[in-house]
Amino acid sequence: MKRLAILALLASAPAFAAPIAITGATALTARGEEVIRNATIIIDAGRITAIGAGLPVPAGATVIDAKGLPVTPGIVAVPSDLGLTEVGGVRETNDGSARTSPYSAALDMAGAINPASLHFAIYRMAGVTRAAAVPDAGNAVFGGQGALLSLAASGPTVTRARAFQYVELGEAGAQLAGGSRPAAYAQLLGLLDAAKQLAANPAATVGGEDSGSLTKRRDVEALLPVIAGTQALMVHVERAADIIEVLKLKARYPALRPVLVGAREAWLVAAQIARAAVPVITHSLYDLPDDFEGLAASRNNVGVLQAAGVTVVLGPLGGIGGTTPVNLPGYAGNAVAQGLIPGGKGLTRAQALASITANPARVLGLSDTGTLEVGKRADVVLWDGDPLELTSSPTNVWIDGVAQSLTSRQTELAQRYKTLGRTDLPLQYPQ
Amino acid sequence: MALLAQHEANRGEWLMKSSYLLATAILALATAASAKDKPAETPSPPPEVIRVGKDPFPSQYKPYPGVTTVIRGATIYDGAGRRIDNGMIRIEGGKIAEIGASVAVPAGAKLIEAAGKYVTAGIIDIHSHLGVYPSPGVQAHSDGNEATSPARPEVWAEHSVWPQDPGFSRALAGGITALHVLPGSANLFGGRGTTLKPVYGRSVQEMKFPGAPYSLKMACGENPKRVYGSRNQLPSTRMGNIAYARQLWSDAVIYKRRWDDYTKRAEAGTAKPGDAPRRELALDTLAGVLSGEILVQNHCYRADEMANVISMSHEFGYKVTAFHHAVESYKIADMLKAEGICSAMWADWYGFKMESYDGIRENIALVNAAGACAIVHSDDANGIQRLNQEAAKAIAAGRRLGLPIAPELAWTWLSLNPAKGLGIGDRTGSLEVGKAADVVLWSAEPFSVYARPMNVWIDGALMYDWGDPKRRPIADFELGQPGAGDVK
Repeated sequence: MKRLAILALLASAPAFAAPIAITGATALTARGEEVIRNATIIIDAGRITAIGAGLPVPAGATVIDAKGLPVTPGIVAVPSDLGLTEVGGVRETNDGSARTSPYSAALDMAGAINPASLHFAIYRMAGVTRAAAVPDAGNAVFGGQGALLSLAASGPTVTRARAFQYVELGEAGAQLAGGSRPAAYAQLLGLLDAAKQLAANPAATVGGEDSGSLTKRRDVEALLPVIAGTQALMVHVERAADIIEVLKLKARYPALRPVLVGAREAWLVAAQIARAAVPVITHSLYDLPDDFEGLAASRNNVGVLQAAGVTVVLGPLGGIGGTTPVNLPGYAGNAVAQGLIPGGKGLTRAQALASITANPARVLGLSDTGTLEVGKRADVVLWDGDPLELTSSPTNVWIDGVAQSLTSRQTELAQRYKTLGRTDLPLQYPQ
Repeated sequence: MALLAQHEANRGEWLMKSSYLLATAILALATAASAKDKPAETPSPPPEVIRVGKDPFPSQYKPYPGVTTVIRGATIYDGAGRRIDNGMIRIEGGKIAEIGASVAVPAGAKLIEAAGKYVTAGIIDIHSHLGVYPSPGVQAHSDGNEATSPARPEVWAEHSVWPQDPGFSRALAGGITALHVLPGSANLFGGRGTTLKPVYGRSVQEMKFPGAPYSLKMACGENPKRVYGSRNQLPSTRMGNIAYARQLWSDAVIYKRRWDDYTKRAEAGTAKPGDAPRRELALDTLAGVLSGEILVQNHCYRADEMANVISMSHEFGYKVTAFHHAVESYKIADMLKAEGICSAMWADWYGFKMESYDGIRENIALVNAAGACAIVHSDDANGIQRLNQEAAKAIAAGRRLGLPIAPELAWTWLSLNPAKGLGIGDRTGSLEVGKAADVVLWSAEPFSVYARPMNVWIDGALMYDWGDPKRRPIADFELGQPGAGDVK
């Protein structure tokens, strides 16, 4: 009896679930322009174990008939404040930035991630399976170390702590550093040089911990993986000239792996960015001269960068009202639309899908997700229509091969208020 | 023009009933003429009546020339809830001349073959801050909140509008044919909003929608109490918000009563000009609301706060035309229907502040399903470019909840409903014969992410053409900047 109970328990654990076979799918694999029609995708023990047209279904598999509908890799959202911010306007629910902390680069987001945040379920329903929790610089140009997250309802949420470092340059960095771009660079180079020195000589005395120290030892230590190139450096810049300055950093720190974030004027220097093999995370909808560092903002940015050979990631970046990971497929669809207008530069549908799946996965070092191929984690989304269309929604979401619930606090509110007629008890009593 | 319009009037009754929009100058001319024409029939001098000028910054917008244009073969969403497959529409003299399965094609008319394309009524954004928070968004351009008192009904958004905001060109390219520019929401009474066309002018007057009523921007909730509470001023709480507003409405009722009494007596010849009450610009706006000439556009997120505002409006005898943002309208959609109040909403903004915590993607669909007036608004220089996409998301959310919505019905959220909410529904907002030819030709089904406006007509003039650089405006600010004139 006891043994049976244990077996039942084991059987309910995801790792021991039967294989899943998604059949009759239109697989948009996010590998180049590949589309597999009538695809069968076999998921076993959390991984994609087979994918191809009309493959046989293994005995005992749970079969999901896709009826020709599209299946894509899960969406990877970067940057996000998922798990760090619950309500933007409620300060105590915000852990993304620290305005009066003495530390900057050392701030490690991993320990602050709240897996109970209601946003996980809301994003998951929209097909988002992975995210990067990115700090926001609060008191200095460096914001700290971001974390990679799984959006699965169960299992570990932080899948990699200290995955990258974040730095704010341009207009915002100038303000954080004391009022000018030179001040921002003095801070940036001061810390990076100290890290370089420490890397060369671990016994070196660099950085202090007293309140007057310009560089804090903990910040310097946190930048060692940045100098070594084992941690990417996300750099927020917009102006073309600022982008060129960031590219120059590679001469001074050869192993540095910058990732440009924002980069509204990147299209003006696309060839240089491509030559430096630096990826760009931007928004497909920037088209206003919001400030003097983004006067050249254009929705052609994404298409020009892609054509130049730059790895483009579309992120739910600020400056666009209501920006959210939920709308990443729509942002990708808009990048396609941009290529359809006279004089417009856009993406193909496959490139657009890759810009929210394969490309962010690659940029974040998530080598085992982001595409539909054998051996990858089974982060898979089945859609009720063209995934880039605003009118489409996921019908099934798997993360690491585990089927996810597609409900959220929002859907519960909608159900509660769907019928407003008065009944025997207030709506607040469970039905 | 003088703030106080003085003129003789022996036809006071007619004047009282006439639209407030009639320029006082015209009235003065009319009375002068009648006095001149019929001196013998006027036994005594007409009483002198001091009146408050209703339109001291009159529109100087003039439609640009258009050509008679027929669009053939398109699917039409007329903005009033009708759909015509393989339809035709004729634009002539700035108006919709004919619409249906087939229309006359006059000789010399421009004929656009639009099989596979879509034609809709132009999109109207009832909540924009273009011009008052223009791009670039530097401090010197921050002109949307006169946050120096919780009540600033005397300020008018149009006096902050920078007509060279590059955002107007982007809005136009997104199919916008009219937009309502509002003050911000720092104040309980933010000031007057104004309706513009996204047609560049040298002055805001040249952009003003002729004859559109003013609005009063009001705000509930967190913003006013935060802004003033942080200065240790009233209001610092929601109860403070309501108390402050009620006192001002009470003052406005007295102010209006004084003017009404004075006007009655002056018209009867028993009051002298010196008896006219002192003019309070702030209370002029509120008196305009009380007399129904100025429409209330009320920023309000939470259902319970909207309910409080509704009670307050009953107490003082005014009407809320629309709640804006209204992220909890779905909780009181029946109440809003009964009150005849529109909700101007986003598709999916939520969670960025406490009062938006209960925002849901089904909000617009639920308001629509309850039979209440639903409007999709932007409140955003970027979002205004894609209100059709916001509506598309709302359609999808409705479908997920089992509330299917036909696309031609959803288009009313973008055109006729906001037009009505701005008091211009008799002139624009739908493709009906005799209305302004505010028309968009779309490259694909307009709720598709791949669709873009190809052509936008305003009053029958082709103001945007995606393929013609000469029909894509470049704001002064953008001249000489990188990418000026590019497709954006």
